Amino acid sequence: MKNKKLVIFISLFIVVAGFIGAKKLYEKSLVQKMEFLASDNFNTFVRDYSPVLGSPDAKVYITEFLDPECESCRAVYPAVKEIMKEFEGKVKLVVRYAPFHGNSVMAVRILEAARAQGKYWEALELLFEKQPEWGDHHNPRPSLIWTYLPTIGIDVERLQKDMENPIILTRLQRDVEDGRMLDVRQTPTFFVNGKPLTSFGIPQLRSLVKDQVEQTTYQ
Amino acid sequence: MGSARSNESKNHAWMFLFLCWVVTLVATAGSLFFSEVMHFPPCVLCWYQRICMYPLVFIYFAGLFPLNRSVLRFTVPLLFTGWIMALYHILVYHGVIPESLTPCTEGVSCAAVFFEWFGFISIPVLSFTAFTVLLILSFCFKVEVSKYEK
Repeated sequence: MKNKKLVIFISLFIVVAGFIGAKKLYEKSLVQKMEFLASDNFNTFVRDYSPVLGSPDAKVYITEFLDPECESCRAVYPAVKEIMKEFEGKVKLVVRYAPFHGNSVMAVRILEAARAQGKYWEALELLFEKQPEWGDHHNPRPSLIWTYLPTIGIDVERLQKDMENPIILTRLQRDVEDGRMLDVRQTPTFFVNGKPLTSFGIPQLRSLVKDQVEQTTYQ
Repeated sequence: MGSARSNESKNHAWMFLFLCWVVTLVATAGSLFFSEVMHFPPCVLCWYQRICMYPLVFIYFAGLFPLNRSVLRFTVPLLFTGWIMALYHILVYHGVIPESLTPCTEGVSCAAVFFEWFGFISIPVLSFTAFTVLLILSFCFKVEVSKYEK
């Protein structure tokens, strides 16, 4: 009987230790893969057409794959802005899209068309703010977006014309492909100068940004 | 002599049950690894198979101390259901059954390919293998138990 208990204990230990070990290995290989991609082709993380927030001189890029219809993206947005403020002038935010929801593509087209009117960030904040209404999972009402846009001074008629621009979908497709390359399976997914945020959370993101800012200032 | 043989069968029975427990433990840890570490979203059919697999870790464990002969009454229905689900999943995955006839019209497609080792070892194949091995081990357990019951 004693032997049996020992056997049980050892097998349990092996499985649990194997799980933890495999997790560490997997995360390490992921970081290495991203490092390789970052050194080989940084464009995968930062495309020249992407919306950028922050100082043009900043050396630290926060790449965020987001979806305007995703609740977590809405929830972390204020925290991301706070981090941007804390490291003002040293970091910039690059928005990439990962459209995982039903009306995401439409929302992205609206955002990109708002960009033509110089209202991109206002529109993004507006869509996040009103997301519980237009992007409700049980009863999405994307047509409500038309009623919000004039409140931030957007010419809706012009926007609806700009939305049809085929370049928007071409770029979105590029974002989706890059996302696939970078194993983006959930939103939001963050990379800081090509380093993946392996454990999701605001404090973790802040410390990753802080590390990169320190590294680039001492160089 | 008779009692020695019955003791031996008892030990064999315990061994088979223990192996069942190990297989379920590895299957559970593996499936959690796919979803929690690698972030593969589990599809509907995966969830049905998980429902059949996860409780077995606890049921087999309870059946080991002390060795319980009737443990099969609780495990085989789960095993059989999981086995059918895994078989169905393989057929969907390889396109034998068209996906429109399956319950996976929303969310993650059950036919989505996340990885294939050596070209054929996919997640549904792993699941099917685990359920099949468990059914075989259960049969061996039954044989050993019937030896010492007499």
